[in-house]
Amino acid sequence: MADVNRGNRPLSPHLAIYRPQITSISSILTRITGVALILASLMVVWWLLAASAGPEYFAVADGVVRSLIGDLILLGSLWALWYHLLAGVRHLIWDSGRGLELDTAKRLGWAVVAGSFIMTAFTLIVI
Amino acid sequence: MAFLTDRKRANGMGSAHAGVHHHWSMMVSSAALLILVPLFIFTFGPILGEPHDVVVAYFARPFPAIVSGLTIVTGLMHYKNGVQATIEDYTSGLTRHVLIVAFTCLCYAAAATGLFAIARIAL
Repeated sequence: MADVNRGNRPLSPHLAIYRPQITSISSILTRITGVALILASLMVVWWLLAASAGPEYFAVADGVVRSLIGDLILLGSLWALWYHLLAGVRHLIWDSGRGLELDTAKRLGWAVVAGSFIMTAFTLIVI
Repeated sequence: MAFLTDRKRANGMGSAHAGVHHHWSMMVSSAALLILVPLFIFTFGPILGEPHDVVVAYFARPFPAIVSGLTIVTGLMHYKNGVQATIEDYTSGLTRHVLIVAFTCLCYAAAATGLFAIARIAL
């Protein structure tokens, strides 16, 4: 009977009691953007499949992908992709044991947010 | 196996009994995607909106075809591992198992579809 109290132990405080901070917000955004990217991935794969099938099917997929809703999804996904990429770089920096001081971590959080918008604007200008 | 000490058997395995394999595969795929994703954005972006014959001719070229194929496969395998960690964090029991199996199947199916499409265009 090493642990008779299993399953009935006090839980750590609920997340909601903490004030939102750049470190916590930028962390959960990494997960949200990552999960959301499946939508654009499936759209791109479907678009490629339609292109390989022929002009008629391509017209259908291309019409959906480039519709107003498709454009909004792709625009949001472009930002999500840059955000997730930059946040991933931040994780690789942290995993190497660097940048874990509170001030540096906060600056990295803001850098990821700012960088994601800058890269999205840059991409829209270039392509 | 009887000759292994307990210390040796436990070494590096951790509570998930798979050691750091999951974390390591995320690091490898993220490093690869760090190069592939910008390449893909700037290869895929300009061709979106072009007519069918231009799109097909474009993905028949080696560079767009290889970059797209690599990004789709690496990205979806990264997604499969990432979404598994997410599911494990927020769900439990049967829901957890069903979601992990479903998303794993979805990722492999999408990767296979993408590769098939590129191969059919390119070859």
